[in-house]
Amino acid sequence: MAYSFPEEVLEYVFAFLSYDKDRNAVSLVCKSWYEIERCCRRRIFIGNCYAVSPQIVIRRFPEVRAVKIKGKPHFADFNLVPEGWGAYVYPWISAMARSYPWLEEIKLKRMVVTDESLELISKSFKNFKILVLSSCEGFTTDGLASIAANCRNLRELDLGESEVEDLSGHWLSHFPDNFTSLVSLNMSCLGSEVSFSALERLVLRCPNLRTLRLNRAVPVEKLPSLLRGAPKLVEFGTGAYSAEIQTDIFSNLVEAFSGCKQLKRLSGFWDAVPAYLPAMYCVCSRITSLNLSYATVQSPDLVELISQCPNLKCLWVLDHIEDAGLKVLSSYCKDLQELRVFPSDPYGAEPNVSLTEEGLVTVSAGCPKLQSVLYFCRQMSNAALITIARNRPNLIRFRLCIIDPQAPDYLTLDPLDTGFGAIVEHCKELRRLSLSGLLTDRVFEYIGTHAKKLEMLSIAFAGDSDLGLHHVLSGCESLRKLEIMDCPFGDKALLANAAKLETMRSLWMSSCSVSYGACKLLAQKMPKLNVEVIDERGHPDLRPETCPVEKLYIYRTVSGPRVDKPDFVWTMDEDAVLRLS
Amino acid sequence: MTMISEEHKKEKLGFEETELRLGLPGGGGIINGDLVKNTNANGKRGYTQTVDLKLNLALKETEKGENLQKEKNLISCSNDSVKPSPKAQVVGWPPVRSFRKNIVAVQKSSSEEGGGGATTFVKVSMDGAPYLRKVDLNMYKSYQDLYGALGKMFSSFTMGKCDSQGVMDFMNESKLMDLLNGSDFVPTYEDKDGDWMLVGDVPWEMFVGSCKRLRIMKGTEAIGLAPRAMEKCKNRS
Repeated sequence: MAYSFPEEVLEYVFAFLSYDKDRNAVSLVCKSWYEIERCCRRRIFIGNCYAVSPQIVIRRFPEVRAVKIKGKPHFADFNLVPEGWGAYVYPWISAMARSYPWLEEIKLKRMVVTDESLELISKSFKNFKILVLSSCEGFTTDGLASIAANCRNLRELDLGESEVEDLSGHWLSHFPDNFTSLVSLNMSCLGSEVSFSALERLVLRCPNLRTLRLNRAVPVEKLPSLLRGAPKLVEFGTGAYSAEIQTDIFSNLVEAFSGCKQLKRLSGFWDAVPAYLPAMYCVCSRITSLNLSYATVQSPDLVELISQCPNLKCLWVLDHIEDAGLKVLSSYCKDLQELRVFPSDPYGAEPNVSLTEEGLVTVSAGCPKLQSVLYFCRQMSNAALITIARNRPNLIRFRLCIIDPQAPDYLTLDPLDTGFGAIVEHCKELRRLSLSGLLTDRVFEYIGTHAKKLEMLSIAFAGDSDLGLHHVLSGCESLRKLEIMDCPFGDKALLANAAKLETMRSLWMSSCSVSYGACKLLAQKMPKLNVEVIDERGHPDLRPETCPVEKLYIYRTVSGPRVDKPDFVWTMDEDAVLRLS
Repeated sequence: MTMISEEHKKEKLGFEETELRLGLPGGGGIINGDLVKNTNANGKRGYTQTVDLKLNLALKETEKGENLQKEKNLISCSNDSVKPSPKAQVVGWPPVRSFRKNIVAVQKSSSEEGGGGATTFVKVSMDGAPYLRKVDLNMYKSYQDLYGALGKMFSSFTMGKCDSQGVMDFMNESKLMDLLNGSDFVPTYEDKDGDWMLVGDVPWEMFVGSCKRLRIMKGTEAIGLAPRAMEKCKNRS
């Protein structure tokens, strides 16, 4: 005998479900659950802004308070997506301004955000609290001024690694004198100097400030007054961390740091001068996250600092740390979960530092909790990769960039197939993988066979034939995002696995061998995909059908071909899709 | 290398079921060979270092033992004789974000001449165009190169003939006019000091080092810039 709870009870229960997956599951149970759930969903995540339209979202979820939207494909970070490609947020803001007056939170990633959009946000949502712009572009400091001036309840303003046209630092002064709600400010990506007195006054009048990440233009001698004004800071990012060493500045800094008893995360450190690093020693024992990726200090100074951080969970650092420094890391920082080592000289022909595969092997051995790795280096071996895999079966993210494309195992000159094969075989929970070095189709066979939890795979200069791509598409059950550059993958694997593409968020292929004809065919077979050809040589019709396209971006969507394409992007079979919908 | 089992697998996958039967890409038609320098016939951008090509060929052979010595020799020869081309030739590799590229570059630029090779992406806007583009100045060796690329990028937008005689004369003198012949658009740039200058003023390397962004202006607006550029020219000669 069927009975049901009153709506209010179900709504109350659903409120405990925060994960999208759970909410989606709940809405599939029956029609009434679908209706109740959709009316009480407060947070939505849109992984691809073109997979759905604002209108569809708003129609289904009328009571949203927080949105997170992602735009351009990941390879846009490396300049592979031409300017003008798309991912404009304005249509979303404009639609939400009409339908979500109580919206509190907007988080955007890789989207084009104009000053107009920022102004609209600042004026449309009376209770607006959180704005996070991660790797966005298209706005100026004028847009920030609107946010500062109009968002009376703003708690968080995080500009991430966005590209902001920095007209002046004056925007900060637009926060009204009675504005006190700021909890988090990240302006580290900005170039120009803000008025320091305005900044200081802002910090002093916001008692709940927990995160403050300054930009490079704030000099080290100004830091003490800010730290003293915000003793409850949990996360702090310095500006340029250099000056001629002066004892009073140094001692002020030490005193100011020591007043911050809750400080856990540090970043900034542009142009860091070793002499000023010891000023932080008093907080090191509590530090869980350290971003030194802008600091060009040498290994001994890095070692000195790191050896005082036993609770370190996350370290981002330049390859100046060298193998020796990583050895120290592995012996002092047993709680380490995430390591990112960036190249100090990515374009140099010769190595400038002594950082090899050994450093990573040592850390994999010494840090039992290590789960997330991003590592740039210049040599690798299968033996090292196998050792790493055996040491750390708990790896979740493994992104290895051997700087020289197609570099083989430097000891045996073999491809690195078996090494990466060991990674996917041992690390059963692996969700993200980036490959590099000399790789044949064999590595993809291993990946297809073992990487069952893999969600995102990045490939460059790898493989021999379509078989490689076929292994991945047919074997990786959890695959959501696949991005490929400069691989000899063509039509066959793509067409044979067309249905797979509908189970994924997106596929990016650039400088591969997929022909125009195959793109058209794929679009015909799969009307729920947008098959977008990006080609700056002009319309593909001007070239033979067998001619490979420059770039290809395929994604599933419920809202058909997009209408904001620039003149170097074409949606395959657009007319047919429009006729069908 | 088990070639045999790979063939066997290909059969099992039933590739013959795929509807489309296409020839190898590039067999049919070749795109403008000179246009995008990174693209070749089979869609692969030739990472055209001799070292890599030789290495790949060698490794495809079944008996790696025999070849180990040969390969080692190849590598040592190649390192000596072939100076590796700047890595920046390949867009997107290595996968380093722009704001991370210049950390050490600042320190190096004074000491090294041609070895750096970092990318220098600048925005290019054109008056009247609906969106702007980005170019990597390090991809080009001369103003002519750059103009060619800009011309192709913005070719859909150029229109009309130049009627500003003063500007035309100046430009013709430098012979940098593929894009601008027959149009009234003038390339300008913003330099490190924030000043807007006519492109072509200074030696190419100096331009690459000081250019922050490009703007292709309507000729009428650029007239104000011409005198300054002319002055600089006169001062130099």
